[in-house]
Amino acid sequence: MAAFILRRLAQSILVMLVVSLVAFYMFQFLGDPINQMVGIDTPLAEREALRERLGLNDPMIIRFGKFVLNAAQLDFGLSYQHKQPVVDLLMERMPATIELSFVSAIIAFFLALPAGVYTGLYRNRWSSKALLTLSLVGISIPTFLIGILFIYLFAVILHWLPSFGRGDVITLPGGWTTGLLTVSGLKAIILPATTLGLFTLTLIMRLIRAEMLEVLRTDYIKFARARGLTNRAVNFGHALKNTLVPVITVTGLLLGNLIAFAIITESVFQWPGMGRLFLQAIQEVDLPVMSAYLVMISFLFVVINLIVDILYYVVDPRLRVEKSGGGH
Amino acid sequence: MRKAFTALAVAAAVAASGGMAEAKTFKWGFQTDTSSLDPHAHNVTFTLGFLGNVYEGLVRRDADLQFEPGLAVKWENVEPTRWRFYLRQGVKFHNGNDFNADDVVFSFERTNNEDANLRGRVVGITEVVKVDDYTVDFITEKPNPIIYYEWDTWFMMDKEWSEANGATTPTNLSKGVESFAAHNANGTGAFMIKERQTDVKTVLVPNPNWWDKPQHNLTEVIMTPIGQDATRVAALLSGEVDMVYPVPVQDIDRVNKNDGTSVMVGPELRTIFLYMDLFRDELLYSNVKGKNPFKDVKVRQAMYHAIDIEAIKKKIMRGLADPSAIMISPKLFDRSENFTRLPYDRDKAKALLAEAGYPDGFETRMDCPNDRYVNDEQICQAIVSMLAKVGIKSTLVAEPKAKYFARIAPKGGSDYAFGLLGWTPGSFDSHNVLLSLLNTPDQKAGRGLYNYSGYSNARVDELTDLIGSETDKEKRDAMIEEAFRITTDEVATIPLHQQALAWGKRDNIELKQRADNQFRFYYVNVK
Repeated sequence: MAAFILRRLAQSILVMLVVSLVAFYMFQFLGDPINQMVGIDTPLAEREALRERLGLNDPMIIRFGKFVLNAAQLDFGLSYQHKQPVVDLLMERMPATIELSFVSAIIAFFLALPAGVYTGLYRNRWSSKALLTLSLVGISIPTFLIGILFIYLFAVILHWLPSFGRGDVITLPGGWTTGLLTVSGLKAIILPATTLGLFTLTLIMRLIRAEMLEVLRTDYIKFARARGLTNRAVNFGHALKNTLVPVITVTGLLLGNLIAFAIITESVFQWPGMGRLFLQAIQEVDLPVMSAYLVMISFLFVVINLIVDILYYVVDPRLRVEKSGGGH
Repeated sequence: MRKAFTALAVAAAVAASGGMAEAKTFKWGFQTDTSSLDPHAHNVTFTLGFLGNVYEGLVRRDADLQFEPGLAVKWENVEPTRWRFYLRQGVKFHNGNDFNADDVVFSFERTNNEDANLRGRVVGITEVVKVDDYTVDFITEKPNPIIYYEWDTWFMMDKEWSEANGATTPTNLSKGVESFAAHNANGTGAFMIKERQTDVKTVLVPNPNWWDKPQHNLTEVIMTPIGQDATRVAALLSGEVDMVYPVPVQDIDRVNKNDGTSVMVGPELRTIFLYMDLFRDELLYSNVKGKNPFKDVKVRQAMYHAIDIEAIKKKIMRGLADPSAIMISPKLFDRSENFTRLPYDRDKAKALLAEAGYPDGFETRMDCPNDRYVNDEQICQAIVSMLAKVGIKSTLVAEPKAKYFARIAPKGGSDYAFGLLGWTPGSFDSHNVLLSLLNTPDQKAGRGLYNYSGYSNARVDELTDLIGSETDKEKRDAMIEEAFRITTDEVATIPLHQQALAWGKRDNIELKQRADNQFRFYYVNVK
């Protein structure tokens, strides 16, 4: 067990290194950060001096080495644009992104659950078909457009909800800012969270439906019915319970996606999260922010995958057999 | 808690401003956040324009961009290389410290630092001498009639405050040292920063001790960055903010048709123009081998004649552009009416091309930014198709500004055949245009830094130097006219238009729009 975890840890670190290296290499093609940092009338000599001082003239491998050494100590340097430590910038924005992602995960899951069960149980009703068609729309319209449509409908026409921002926030002990405890904060999160969750919602709903259909065909359901149990007991007591195991696994993984893909939603709704910070950083070629964000997101995915792997290992005895068999 | 503080602060501000009947909060949204609160750190119009509400320079410009006294009450050129500035007495910084000559000397030293992005404001000044507490002399290397032309965005900082807080230099990126002044402000200006959440909002309240008489009736200003065009417009339409800019040209109608909102449009100072490779012996990306068609003035004239500027104005800019004949806004040069554009004439263009030896035209490439100027990519697409109709077939490469500017710069290999660029002279003066765009490129001497055409004319260089030190306006204007005459006759560049500013606001807001796109709250009134 310990050896397995260690091996996985080593693999994870390797993955992180590769991700950072690829990211680093890609940044070469983004354009010149110096242009974005200085005024238009700054002479070439001064630009060159700044480039030198920032170490941008060093060979890539040296820059990468420095980056990894510093990153290991959680030091990502100063943002070129904001002229603040990158770690501070990310930490300042992390609560906004995490709250947004969790609320959309909750919205997605608790809407998807009844919808998935319903369409699974009553697959031939027109309402099920309508729901499925609607869910196709959720998958096919780009997040960006959905966000804009929501803004026009609920902010501009109906005046129900704010079109941008996070509303009033309260700072909790430990520096975590939350908008979930104020009325304006709660109102502000509805549109972005729904927009962000829509894709996940559709995905989970379809997954639940497919699993329900699968489970309902199995023998133990048939036996349960034969024993004369009520529909309710069969559907929810037996079928749904067995459906949920894979669904929960997938939902956990999707949470990672929500955090990573909050970028577009945050940009549309002016949500002050990490995704928007990243997007701005790309526009301004703010290398330290971009690298730090990518490392953080890949770290997140690596951790989630590690946990999932370990859980599988714990839960599924077959894996252990295969692994020990691999030692021949 | 935060609410309570706000209420308290607003109440205090109301009391201070003479007991107004109600709180006038003004909310506005811009594309980005101000990049720093440090007035010497970042040479960006928006940041400096915003900080102009908090900090002040020795001189300032009014809503029509005319000079007026700022922290200096008057100034004079006592010797050709010595400018004397008489400071305003009784001015206090927001923390209560006095403003005096020491602060000017300190601000000069702070700006004349390699980490100060605004160093260009004081370039050519060898020394700043304190004559007495309220008199300061600026000694220049050579006579400089326009020494103060960029000084309405060169802001004065408090020496004591900066020293006490370790903010004597702007943020040092390479050493990783962040300046205290990046997040805190202590100016003399009309407004004080009350709350600052980077990228979320910045709250300002009026400075009750401001030396000038406020023309506004505000008690609070809330600035929010709203990056997405559609979201920004929606925020205005839904009434969540009182004013936004810029409004994309395609949304102007919508804002005007909406009840209670309208768009203020006005010409901007920026000139959009085409540059052409005039220095390579063989044009890049072309089927013409061994020579460079652009080196022939007839080809350049042909291009000029082929561009239907009115169509661009009408179809792409929706009327919001002023076609221009010279490389500077008519607002900034009195004799600009002496110039006219070459007329749109396709036959003439074809004839000129034939005369130059290209009866069937030629092929090349056009480079263009797609996120820098108003509808930049669309303008380029139109130009590509207009040129194709006279035989100059070019493929368009449009890309984000970060990539575009890096590639066309000398360091990026001057990778272009011809392309689109925009320019606002920082000094609002023709000298800057000539020096940066039309002088023979010489990086060391700081000439022709953005002369991507590679245009070179000894007389223009000479005139530029004379204009740089000529103090007689008539003589100076005549020389500027001569220089522009040479460059337009030779089609060094093809000027296109000045794009328009578009500020969206609610109808109950009164404000003044400056053509340099700077926004001063002290002109804002909420009715």
